Amino acid sequence: MRYLSLTDSDQEAMLAAIGVSSVEELFQDIPGGLRLDRPLDLEPALSEPELVAHLEELAGRNFHTGRELSFLGAGIYDHYVPAIVDAILARGEFLTAYTPYQPEMSQGVLQAIFEYQTAICELTGMDVSNASGYDGTTVAADACYVAKHATGRNKVVLSEALNPQVRQVVKTYAPGFGLEVVEVPHTDGSTDPDDVRKAAADAACVIFQQPNFFGCLEPAPELAAAANEAEALAVAHVDPVSLGVLEAPGRYGCAIAIGEGQGAGNYQSYGGPHYGFIAMRSDFIRRMPGRIVGETTDTAGERGYVLTLQTREQHIRREKATSNITTNQTLLALAGLAHLSWLGPQGLRELGETCMSLAAYAKDRLGLPLVFPERTTFKEFAVRVGRPAEEATRVAREQGVHPGYALKRDYSGMEDALLVCVTEKRTPADIDRLAEVLAA
Amino acid sequence: MKLIFEKSQKGRRAGTLPSYDLPPAEVPEELRRAEQPRLPELAEPEIVRHFTALADRTFGVDTGFYPLGSCTMKHNPRVNERVVALPGFRDLHPLQEEDGAQGALELMWRLQEILAEVCGLHAVSLQPAAGSQGELTGLMLMRAYFADRGEAEQRKVVITADTAHGTNPASVTMAGFQLQKVETDARGNLDLDDLRAKVNEETAGLMLTNPSTLGLFDEHIEEVAEIFHEAGALLYYDGANLNAVCGISRPGDMGFDIVHINLHKTFSQPHGGGGPGGGPVAVRDILEPFLPAPTVTRDGAEFRLDYNRPKSIGKVRGYTGPFGVFVRSYAFIRAYGPELRRMSEVAVLNANYMLSRLKGTYDLPFERLCMHEFVLSARNLKRDHGVNALDVAKRLMDYGFHPPTIYFPLIVPEALMIEPTETEPKETLDAFCDAMEKIAEEAASDPEILKEAPHRRPVRRLDEVKAAKRAIVKYGFDQHPDLRGERAEGEAVEAQKGA
Amino acid sequence: MAADESYPEELRYHREHDWARVEGDTATVGITWYAQDALGELVHFEPPEEGASVAADQSYGEVESVKAVSDLISPLSGEVVEVNQVVVDEPEKVNDDPYGDGWLIKIRLSEPSEAEGLLDVAAYKALLEEQ
Repeated sequence: MRYLSLTDSDQEAMLAAIGVSSVEELFQDIPGGLRLDRPLDLEPALSEPELVAHLEELAGRNFHTGRELSFLGAGIYDHYVPAIVDAILARGEFLTAYTPYQPEMSQGVLQAIFEYQTAICELTGMDVSNASGYDGTTVAADACYVAKHATGRNKVVLSEALNPQVRQVVKTYAPGFGLEVVEVPHTDGSTDPDDVRKAAADAACVIFQQPNFFGCLEPAPELAAAANEAEALAVAHVDPVSLGVLEAPGRYGCAIAIGEGQGAGNYQSYGGPHYGFIAMRSDFIRRMPGRIVGETTDTAGERGYVLTLQTREQHIRREKATSNITTNQTLLALAGLAHLSWLGPQGLRELGETCMSLAAYAKDRLGLPLVFPERTTFKEFAVRVGRPAEEATRVAREQGVHPGYALKRDYSGMEDALLVCVTEKRTPADIDRLAEVLAA
Repeated sequence: MKLIFEKSQKGRRAGTLPSYDLPPAEVPEELRRAEQPRLPELAEPEIVRHFTALADRTFGVDTGFYPLGSCTMKHNPRVNERVVALPGFRDLHPLQEEDGAQGALELMWRLQEILAEVCGLHAVSLQPAAGSQGELTGLMLMRAYFADRGEAEQRKVVITADTAHGTNPASVTMAGFQLQKVETDARGNLDLDDLRAKVNEETAGLMLTNPSTLGLFDEHIEEVAEIFHEAGALLYYDGANLNAVCGISRPGDMGFDIVHINLHKTFSQPHGGGGPGGGPVAVRDILEPFLPAPTVTRDGAEFRLDYNRPKSIGKVRGYTGPFGVFVRSYAFIRAYGPELRRMSEVAVLNANYMLSRLKGTYDLPFERLCMHEFVLSARNLKRDHGVNALDVAKRLMDYGFHPPTIYFPLIVPEALMIEPTETEPKETLDAFCDAMEKIAEEAASDPEILKEAPHRRPVRRLDEVKAAKRAIVKYGFDQHPDLRGERAEGEAVEAQKGA
Repeated sequence: MAADESYPEELRYHREHDWARVEGDTATVGITWYAQDALGELVHFEPPEEGASVAADQSYGEVESVKAVSDLISPLSGEVVEVNQVVVDEPEKVNDDPYGDGWLIKIRLSEPSEAEGLLDVAAYKALLEEQ
């Protein structure tokens, strides 16, 4: 087998050193009846060329965003991933290292995480970030757990304009946390601060999304204020790509900022692996889930980095830990750091502006009725296509264009609504093509 | 080494974007960003050098031997990185229509089938993002199962072993169960008398790693399963140590009802400095209705996502799980085929060989053959020479090895938990054992060289007390404190772990 | 500087390595030399609120070192009348002076007779011998 190095004579020598006569004997502690008496029922081994051919065949049956002209977004985005991201992630030291428990062996990855934490805090206007969460859904559940313990309250409020995937995950976690979930309906595509104010009484936190699932800009400072009035934690779920253009949640009264990091540095990859980010005000640092890297010095007085405040975590605090998380998404977060470094502040702002301009052009060019005509939008917007959205999608895909996400999958009264997403990778000519296909 | 933010110069940039002759976007004043985030400003060459320097200061499996117990640090085949980057996988949107994702769905379906066969169980959800989330999912399945039987109020308690990873008790709390612990007997098995006294009609289930974190297979696992099943409770298998038994013994045959599999341990998803991982859950047929939605089903030649699962616990993660992890693990398993058994055999052979070489030099708390890993104790060196497991670990770095897991499991004092994995050649195992023997000699002849180790890493021992007290967790720009010159005072502390 | 091992005669001790200095209807409470030594240098003290009630044998807060967390067990019942803010700011005071500057809280006792159930120094030292 090509991943194993042992020769027959190695094996013989090793068995002799152990003092057994066969490999089978090493398994003597497993009761006989529990030992599998047949080979595993798996297909035969593939050589490397056969393996590649097999996976190429499978991959070839997928319609990826290079094969269709895609306007799909709804939480996962076809942003450009710079070449340096691939180059950095291909470094075997990053790829094949474990969680940096032994700091002297892992200064590089520890420093990278420290830099990632800094970048996330800069983006969100928060004081402390962890080393990453699983994705943009589970960090919302994490935020609820923090809020429950910080406030002693047992209810969380979610805006209905928060990504449905996020809401579903929070609802799955809530019973175990002993939390009740209340949803505030959207009003014409955004969340009404008055509705939040009413719902937030006795709530641990209020989670809204900026820009929201429909691509619309929320009155985020007012939503945060409504939560704060009720002494509930204001939690903003934000798109990192928007944060060169839109205000940081820390600047408008949020206690916690969370989000899906994919758009900054990760490929779509059919939904993962990506990284979720969670950052908060320093008041809650001891309730933060997951790893945190801190700066310190060594015995020679040199600067260095270590995992810190580990008493929060499961390997020390066990059943009283702030979370059970251990494996996180460090490599994907590193990709995020590389992408954000490649962009710089100027590039991040231009990226947001470019997406917004292209989306505005698309709104105009499509000429279809907007579902929420009153709202300012970022890189996505909802239109009515005048027939069932699936049908419009099918027809468009037959012509090589994926026109967007059918909102009826999550919302009633949206039979003919499509959520169209435009990233910097779509050109005005691409948008003209979309207009042509949807008009047909 | 400078932080990337310290290398930043205003006005430099790397990335450029297309620009179109379009009207500028208008953001309402009250929502517009007032101050730009202080992201790094560097041109591409310096970014590449920065991350290359960071990579140089990081030790991975590619660098050398990494026998970190309970983490299964095996070689990560590069062909897996090639196939995961195929555009059909890499650039596929998760909300693509099913007919546009047939290759991805077929891969997931095939992986589900493989994992069900390896575990000896009936159905699989690939959704959980990591082992700890797999645990939580498994406990949610237990709760849903008992709620469906009208026993939700009654079944409140989940039992874990005193050797368990910290994730087990943490997951129990997060799932809303109460924790009870069972002790380990003199041979390293679960204490059956203690167990019998604790299992009753309030018990929802057991969470167990088998082989345990001591690297020992529980010799009474059939009796353990019987105790729980007779009480109407379920058994959960923490798959952290599945690398020991693939094709040899299956958790479902041992009596477990729910299993999580760590794709980043057993099936070679690279650990990435902490993640990503994958924590699929396999279950017995009685639990299938409760699995997270959607699952992947086969309908003739077509593959579909099944969202119509009325008894499902819901979604535990976005979309259908960490797909790129599935591609790598699927490719890894297909490279072995039924010879996956050989993987586990060699992992166990390697561990026992090292155990046979080292048990005379370090204390062995349980005198048995081990499975894929083993736990030694440095208490003899502490007693005789005043050096501890941490000193041994740090000194190993000077010999070019990553240290084993130390101070875990908690029931072994001065624990050194060693897991070589199957991918190491005998020469490497011998070189590591030679170093361990040499270090034991040094402990007697020159203990200071251990206490001051490492001597050949980019930094010396770091002051974790200072890090915890001052908690500098991001760069402070012009307000950043300058710690340089402040020597670490406190001894570096015992680094515990529990994967 | 870490203190030398000592167990003052005038204190009463709890099996969980906590001490109490009873003066009239109030008691000053802290952790013993043995407890701080087992934990290592303290980096955090999570105190109760002043005015909170505490019960004998129950947890009233936590102390943390880098590697461990320990519940603080109250030897006696009553109301927290004072928290040692010096230790909140500089937890290592507990290591420096566990029975002096490193005291943790003061309690107004609701059941002063409970003190009779605590260990004297000889009994506590005997307990340490067993461990």
